[in-house]
Amino acid sequence: MKQLLVLSGKGGTGKTTIATAFIKLAQAKAYADCDVDAPNLHLIMQQSTDAIQSDYYGLPKAEINLIRCIQCNLCRQACRFDAISIRDDDFGYVVNYYACEGCGVCEAICPMKAVSLNPAIAGELLLYKDEAVFSTAKLSMGSGTNGLLVTEVKKQLLSAAKATELAVIDGSPGIGCPVIASLSGVDMVLIVVEPSISGISDMERIVKTAGKFNVDTVVCINKYDTNFENTEKIEQYCKKHKLHIVGKVPYDANAVKAINNGQSIVDIDCVSGNAVKECFNETIKILI
Amino acid sequence: MRIAVLSGKGGTGKTLVSVNLATVAEKATYIDCDVEEPNGHLFFKPNNIESQDISVKVPYVKQEDCNGCRTCVSFCKYNALAYIGEKVIVFDDVCHSCGGCVLLCPQHAMSEKAKYVGNIKKGTSENVTVITGILNIGVASGVPIISELLKRPLDKGTDFIVIDCPPGSSCAVMESIKDADYCILVAEPTIFGAHNLKMVHDLVRLFGKPYGVVLNKCQDGDNPSERFCIENNINILMKIAFDSELGKFNSNAEIAARVDSKYRDMFTGLLQLVAKEVSHETATSP
Repeated sequence: MKQLLVLSGKGGTGKTTIATAFIKLAQAKAYADCDVDAPNLHLIMQQSTDAIQSDYYGLPKAEINLIRCIQCNLCRQACRFDAISIRDDDFGYVVNYYACEGCGVCEAICPMKAVSLNPAIAGELLLYKDEAVFSTAKLSMGSGTNGLLVTEVKKQLLSAAKATELAVIDGSPGIGCPVIASLSGVDMVLIVVEPSISGISDMERIVKTAGKFNVDTVVCINKYDTNFENTEKIEQYCKKHKLHIVGKVPYDANAVKAINNGQSIVDIDCVSGNAVKECFNETIKILI
Repeated sequence: MRIAVLSGKGGTGKTLVSVNLATVAEKATYIDCDVEEPNGHLFFKPNNIESQDISVKVPYVKQEDCNGCRTCVSFCKYNALAYIGEKVIVFDDVCHSCGGCVLLCPQHAMSEKAKYVGNIKKGTSENVTVITGILNIGVASGVPIISELLKRPLDKGTDFIVIDCPPGSSCAVMESIKDADYCILVAEPTIFGAHNLKMVHDLVRLFGKPYGVVLNKCQDGDNPSERFCIENNINILMKIAFDSELGKFNSNAEIAARVDSKYRDMFTGLLQLVAKEVSHETATSP
C-alpha cells in the first residue's frame, strides 16, 4: 500500500479540502483523519454505516487517597508538572486532572501508598468499514497525548485495509507530535501551501520536518491567484529545494459552498475542482 | 487584562485578530504561543530582539555506575528508556522530563542534562512588545516553551496582553488559556469552522472562562458558525466581512490596523467591547 499524507504547517490552507478531493478522485479504499485535535474529514466523507467505536486510553492519571495521606508534601514537591496542590479546605492534596501527565513519580515516592495511577480515557477511535475503510478519532478535551492517538489511527487503518493500493491521510497543522507521529511510514507528503508570508514561513518549517523522515515531498499551491508575488516566492523556494509542484489551485467561492453542502470540490463543476484533478494526476504519477 | 485568542481550526484568523487588537491598544504585549508555526512576528517585524534559549531536562546515564537493574526502564511510563546491550539507552524525544528515573535509581547512576528545544524572542514594534516562542524542528512538544512564555515577568506599564494560541484544543491550547481573563474565539463560515468552534467553545466553558466570538471571512449566504452562536446564545463580538483587500494585507504580513483607518476603527471597537466585557466580568464574579 502507498500512503499519501497531506500536511501544511499552517492551518486553514486547504488540507481537508484537497484530501477529500483526492479520496474521491482515487476512489480510495482506505483513508484516515490524523488531525485528532480538530477532525473534519468525516463532515465531508459521510458514512452510511455506523462506526466501530473504541475507547482510547492515554496516560494514566494520579489519584490521592485522602485517608492514607499524611500530608508529608513529598508528592507535591516531586511533581514536575505542578499537578498536585493543596486542597481548598487545607485537608490533604488534590491532583489536577489536566496537568497530570501520568509519570508515576508521586506514586513511587509516597511513603503511605496513598497515590494510585488509574487508567484514563483520552479520546475515542472510530473505524468505518463500508465500501472503504475510514479511520478517524477524536481526542478528549484538553488531553495531551495526541501523538499516540495519531499512531493508533494509522494502526487501525493499516490493519483493516491491508490489500489496498492507496491510502490518503489527512494530517494536522503544526510540526509537533501529531505531525511527527503521522509522518512515520508514509510514502509521500503533499504540502498544501497558500501564498502568504505566514504560509511560506510555515511551509519552510514543515518541509524541514518532513526532511528529517526522508519522505518524498511535493507541493500544491492553493488559492495561488490571491497573491501572485508570494506564489512566485513559493515557486522559487521549491525550485531551490528541488520540491516538485504538482499544481496550483485558484481561489474559488464555489469551494466554500460545496463544503457547506457536505460536498467535495470535485463533486461539482468548478474551477478549483478542475485544478485539483490535475494536481491529483501529477501526484499519482510520482507516487505509483 | 489577559486576552487569549483561539479557534480550534487553523487559518481562521487568530493571528489577524491578535495582532490587530494589540496594535490598536495604547500599549500592549503580544505573546505568540503557536510555537510550532509562529507568525505574529512576521507582521510586527520587531526591533531590538533579545533571544533566550529554552531547554528541558533529559536523563543522563553514567554507564559505569549502572548495574543493570532496570528500575528506571520499568518505571518510565513513556518508554523513553531501554536496556540494550548492557547499556541504558535514552530516547530524548519521548521523555517528559518527570525526573522519576533519577529519583528512583538505586545506584545513583542517573542525572539530568539540558536539551535545547527552542527559544523565546522578545522585541518591540511601535507600541507593542512582541514575544514569540519558536519550537525547534523535530521536537515533539511545545508545552515547555509555552509555559515559559507565560511565566515571564512583563515590562512595567503593560497591562494589556494578547495571547495568540495554537490551533486545536489539546494540551498546548489549555496551557495558553490557563491564566486568561477573557477568550476570543475566531471562526470562519464553513461547516469545518463551526465544528471546530464547538470544540473550543466546550474547552473555554470547561475552564469557566468568559468568552465571545469573532466571525471572520463573512460572506453572503449561510454561515454555519453564526448559526451555532445564535443557537447557543453566544455573544458575537464582531463580524469581519470577506474582503480581498484585507486578504492582501494579511498575505503580505501587513497589519491592517496600521495601514487602513477602516480596520483601525473596527479593531478599536473590538478592543473597547472586550474591555467592557472584562470589567463587567470582574464586577459580577469577584
